[in-house]
Amino acid sequence: MGVQLFDLADSALRELNQRLHDLNEETAQTPWRVIHPRGAHAVAAGVDSPVKIDIDGHVGYYCAGMNQRAQITVHGMAGVGVAENMMSGIVRVKGHASQSAGATGHGGLLVIEGDASSRCGISMKGIDIVVGGSVGHMSCFMAQAGNLVVCGDADEALGDSLYEARIFVRGQVKGLGADCIEKPMEDEHLNVLAALLEKAEVSQVKPNEFRRYGSARQLYNFQVDNASSY
Amino acid sequence: MCGIVGLYLKKRDLAGEIGELFSSMLICMSDRGPDSAGFALYGNEPPAGYIKVTLRHEGDDYDWQVLADRFGDRFACEAELQINANYAVIAVRADEGALARAVADIDPALAIMSIGRSIEILKEIGSPESIVDRFDIRSMRGTHIIGHTRMATESAVTTDGSHPFSTGMDLCLVHNGSLSNHNRLRGLLERAGIEIRTQNDSEVAAGYLMWRMQQGDTLPEALEAALEDLDGFYTFAIGTAEGFAVLRDPIACKPAVLAETDDYVAMASEFQALADLPGIDEAEVWEPKPARVYTWGEAN
Repeated sequence: MGVQLFDLADSALRELNQRLHDLNEETAQTPWRVIHPRGAHAVAAGVDSPVKIDIDGHVGYYCAGMNQRAQITVHGMAGVGVAENMMSGIVRVKGHASQSAGATGHGGLLVIEGDASSRCGISMKGIDIVVGGSVGHMSCFMAQAGNLVVCGDADEALGDSLYEARIFVRGQVKGLGADCIEKPMEDEHLNVLAALLEKAEVSQVKPNEFRRYGSARQLYNFQVDNASSY
Repeated sequence: MCGIVGLYLKKRDLAGEIGELFSSMLICMSDRGPDSAGFALYGNEPPAGYIKVTLRHEGDDYDWQVLADRFGDRFACEAELQINANYAVIAVRADEGALARAVADIDPALAIMSIGRSIEILKEIGSPESIVDRFDIRSMRGTHIIGHTRMATESAVTTDGSHPFSTGMDLCLVHNGSLSNHNRLRGLLERAGIEIRTQNDSEVAAGYLMWRMQQGDTLPEALEAALEDLDGFYTFAIGTAEGFAVLRDPIACKPAVLAETDDYVAMASEFQALADLPGIDEAEVWEPKPARVYTWGEAN
C-alpha cells in the first residue's frame, strides 16, 4: 500500500478537499501525505472516511474542521479553529494551535502537542481535547460535554459558564470562570484521564498529577434526571 | 479586517533581500486589506548629525530638487535627496522640530509621513501589489520593515487614514482592529497638544503612544499603559529605530502569528504571509499571547 502524495504548491486546495471527500471505505485505506500547505485555510476540512492524512507544515484556519473518522496529523502549527465541529476521528497537531481549537466539537479526539491559545474547546459538545502544553483564556467557555485535558497551565476564566464538560489541568489555573469550580478527583475520573492520556499517546505525565474542574450547576437549569445524557 | 506584516533581521545578511521578502508578505495579505497599503522601512541611516524627513506630495511631478536645495540653504548643509514616485526622503543636519517647521514654512502642501534617523513611511490608496510596484519595494534594503494592508472600517479610505502612523522620531504603529473609545481619547490627546489629523481610530492609538512617551514612558511602559486606556480590539506592530514590538488586546480576537529563527523575527496576521521566508520550516512559530508586550532589538 503506497502513500497518496498531494502537493499544495502545485494543485489547488479545492481539488485536495474534493478528492478527500470522494474517498470511500476502500479507497480510504491508502494514507495521504499533503505537502507545502503554506498556511492555507480549511486544509482537509469536511473529511468523512477512515483515512490517515499527514500534513507536512503549518496550516491556516479551520484545518480538519467537521472531521468524521479520519486521522489527521498536522506536522506544524495550526491556525484558528483547528478541528472545529469535529464529529469523530483523531486530529493531532505537532506544534502549537491558535485560538478556538476544537470549538463546538461533538466527538473524536484532538491532540495538541504544543500550546493552545484562547478559547480552546469553546462550546465543546462531546469532543475530547488533550493539550500537551498550556491553554489560553476562556478555554471551555460554555462547554457542554466532553473532556479537556491540559498538561500545562490554564489562563484566566477557565470553564466560564460551563455545562457538563470535564476539565483536567496539571499545572496552574490562573482563574476559574463563572460557575466553574474544582471538584474531587475520584477513581472514575482518574480512569477517564488515564485512558485519554494513553489514547493521546502522552506518556510523560500521570493522572494523579492533575486536578479536576467542572460546573457548579448554578448558572443553568440542571436536571439531575438528564445527567446520563451528557 | 486588515493585514499586518513585519520583518526584523537579527543578522544583517538578509538586508539586501528585505524588500523582496517583505513584498511577498505584503501582497499575501491583500485578501485582508485591499483598500490601501503602506510600510515603514528602517536601516538606511544618513551621515552622523543628519536626520531624514519622508514627505508626500499629491502629484508625481513635484520639483523635489528645488525643495532639497532650500533645505540645504536653511540648514547650511548639503541635503541628501531620494525621490520615489510622489514621495521624497530628504536628509539634512537638523533636529526634529526645526525640520518640521522648515517643511511648514517652505511648502505647507507637503505632508510629513515620518521623521527620524532611520524610518521612512510610504503609503497610498490601492491594492498592496500596486503599492509594491509603485514604490519598487522589492529593490529596497534595510534592517527591518513593518507594513499594513487596510480594509477600512472606522474611517474613509484615504492616504491619511492608511497605515503606518508615525508616533514620533523613528517610531510608527500599524493596527488591525477597531478602537471604541478613540473619540474621547482624541479629545484628551488634542488638549494635551498632540495633533490628530484624521477621524481614524488607529491614528489616536499612535498619538496615545507618542503622548505617553513624551511624558517619559519607555515604549514597553507606553504599551502597558495602552492596555489600560485603549478600549477595543487591536493587534499592533510598532517599529522603532533599532527594533520592533507587538501587542494584542486582552481579548485577542484579532489574529497574529510570530516566527523566529537565528536570522529574523517575522510577524503577520496569518501564517500564509510568512510561508516564503527562508528557513521558515525550521522556525519557531507561535501565536503571541493576549495583553503581553513583545519586543525585539532595542525597542525600549
